[in-house]
Amino acid sequence: MKKIALFGNPNTGKSSIFNRLTGLKQHVGNFPGVTVDKQTGTFSYNNEKFELIDFPGTYSVYPRSSDEKIVFDVISNPQHTDYPDAVIVVVDASNLERNLLLFSQLYDLGLPTILLLNMTDVAARKEIAISIEELQNAFPATTIIRSNARIGTGIEEIKRVISENKLKTAEKPFGKQQALLSISDTEGQAVDTDERFHNIQQLVNNAVTRNQKLPSRSKKIDLWLTHPVVGYLFFFLLLLVIFQSVFTLASYPMDLIDGAFGSLSSFVAQQLPPGLFTDLLANGIIPGIGGVLVFVPQIALLFFLLSILEETGYMARVVFMMDRLMRPFGLNGKSVVPLISSAACAIPGIMSARTINSWQERLTTIFVAPLISCSARIPVYTLLIHLVIPNKLVGGFISLQGLVLFCLYFLGLIAALITAWVFQFFLKNKQLSIFLLELPPYKSPRWANVGIEVFSKAKVFVTDAGKIIVAISILLWALASFGPSNKIENAEKLIPKPSVQTETTQIAYEKQIAAVQLENSYIGIIGKSIEPIIAPIGYDWKMGICLITSFAAREVFVGSLATIYAIDQTEEDTTPLIERLREETKADGSKTYNLASGLSLLVFYVFAMQCMATLAVVKRETKSWKWPIIQLVYMGALAYVAAYIIYNLFQ
Amino acid sequence: MRTLADLPLEKRTIVTAIKESAIRPKLLEMGIYAGKSVEVLFKAPFGDPIAVNVDGYVLSMRLNEAQLIEVAD
Repeated sequence: MKKIALFGNPNTGKSSIFNRLTGLKQHVGNFPGVTVDKQTGTFSYNNEKFELIDFPGTYSVYPRSSDEKIVFDVISNPQHTDYPDAVIVVVDASNLERNLLLFSQLYDLGLPTILLLNMTDVAARKEIAISIEELQNAFPATTIIRSNARIGTGIEEIKRVISENKLKTAEKPFGKQQALLSISDTEGQAVDTDERFHNIQQLVNNAVTRNQKLPSRSKKIDLWLTHPVVGYLFFFLLLLVIFQSVFTLASYPMDLIDGAFGSLSSFVAQQLPPGLFTDLLANGIIPGIGGVLVFVPQIALLFFLLSILEETGYMARVVFMMDRLMRPFGLNGKSVVPLISSAACAIPGIMSARTINSWQERLTTIFVAPLISCSARIPVYTLLIHLVIPNKLVGGFISLQGLVLFCLYFLGLIAALITAWVFQFFLKNKQLSIFLLELPPYKSPRWANVGIEVFSKAKVFVTDAGKIIVAISILLWALASFGPSNKIENAEKLIPKPSVQTETTQIAYEKQIAAVQLENSYIGIIGKSIEPIIAPIGYDWKMGICLITSFAAREVFVGSLATIYAIDQTEEDTTPLIERLREETKADGSKTYNLASGLSLLVFYVFAMQCMATLAVVKRETKSWKWPIIQLVYMGALAYVAAYIIYNLFQ
Repeated sequence: MRTLADLPLEKRTIVTAIKESAIRPKLLEMGIYAGKSVEVLFKAPFGDPIAVNVDGYVLSMRLNEAQLIEVAD
């Protein structure tokens, strides 16, 4: 299959062209050795199929970051597996001069080119007229096509021209070729760029007639949206909408998915003959798949909103406005959205960090996002707060319990910012921090682009991170279902059957069996064996078991406690569990759940990386196990140390 | 020498030179070179970064980047 590469400056409508050409026939893969996703798609013409590779938007072939280096690596090396047979260079007709730099470089590299004059509508609105003849004279080997990606003109012509296979390579370069082949010669690059612009300027003077005015509409909008008061207010409201969507709106489909998989699980358990396979299916695989799909509504909603912000051009303003505030922490203006989203759930938050162009800033954002308290921590927080914090008012009107909850959220946020700041000093070979960001004119979103973005993000999560989540789910199921002794199988014999058979006694009987089974499973054994490690922070082995099971998802902590103490409780009402936990005493007669151990657990849950789905998604986004493992370790260490301090402070 | 960083809002002027720096090639690539017409359109709430009209498109840059761009008075 012939490989066609798609190049262009950012904001030239390149992704619209890509979507127009390939539709949903898209695939996200890897370039060898780099963290950049390789976005590929296919299209057909006259029964011939072509592969289209969408390269990251750049202003020149010289990389400004390790991410952009992939562009240079591929096109300067004809032996590269992704070296294209032809390139389409999307050029913004309304800003020809700057766009022609990249085009002229690619032209001179000896690749057959299509010069795609896009956004001809914007150019027309700006009263810009372009002489195709002059352009053709300057680049005789290229094929020039006019397009308007927003309404889809020019797309069929691109396919036809490519399939006709008449694209030519340049015989005479437009500039000098030597500089293009050496990546380290920055001085040579600067000289070459200077000369190219000199030639391009002359060309543009001949080829373009224009009315040199900026679209005033965008400027007027900007005066409001980047206003010190109105601008921040607007952004704050927008963050509120984003947060509410991911937090509240997404919860309806999530509950449906949760309920459906719960029903499916019990249905399977009832209908199939009891045995290992049924148990694996009902308690391992089905909940595992449910545990993947439950994140899809949040991911879809967040990317729906984010791609609208990107499409309209507002996202660039967010970076512009937030840069000064986020810079000291080594974060990007765009980090705000992932961090706020992480207050609902770190999964979509971390995925949304890919809008950050700088790899270091993106990595920092991903690195600290799980420290922001997510909604899965809420059941743990509320249970423990009700358990150990007295229900009284501070200063007459502030609820002490509410205040503690607020402090936990605040603690997470502060920890995230401080960690980001510290993280900067650990990053090796720091890249030069370049801001230089184009603020594109505001425009209405193209909904097909939004839809494709939502679809592809959900798909990437389900296929890539989903595999890991299902695998860990099954592992956790196995650890909870099997044990070294035969006590699990014999649990029913160990617990005396109730003498009076009522529904209540039967439930109590079953709960006791479940408790014995969990205690004797591998997870139970691990929980017990880590007791010496967690005793200094105030926990017993029962809590140890719950710490391990809640690795599946933090809220499992509550359910596991109920299982261990054989409490019959519903998700909504934790009162029986709280009453039971209050009675729990240590060997010396003191309460197990007192202020010190309760606060210690709370702080532990603020910091610890107790979420396999987050680890899976970090692995997906950073393309290596290195970062999730580092996160697991540093957050665990942070949690342990903080819990130790708190426990000893209040003991 | 006056730079883009201390140019008043909405005053159109010409780039005279770009100081030697690692960012220089990148500024060039964005179409900022001697002779180019520039104008500061608006600033972020803390006065940094700034939004610059580079001959028909809007480029935002940090003040330390704007300080590399020398302009005519």
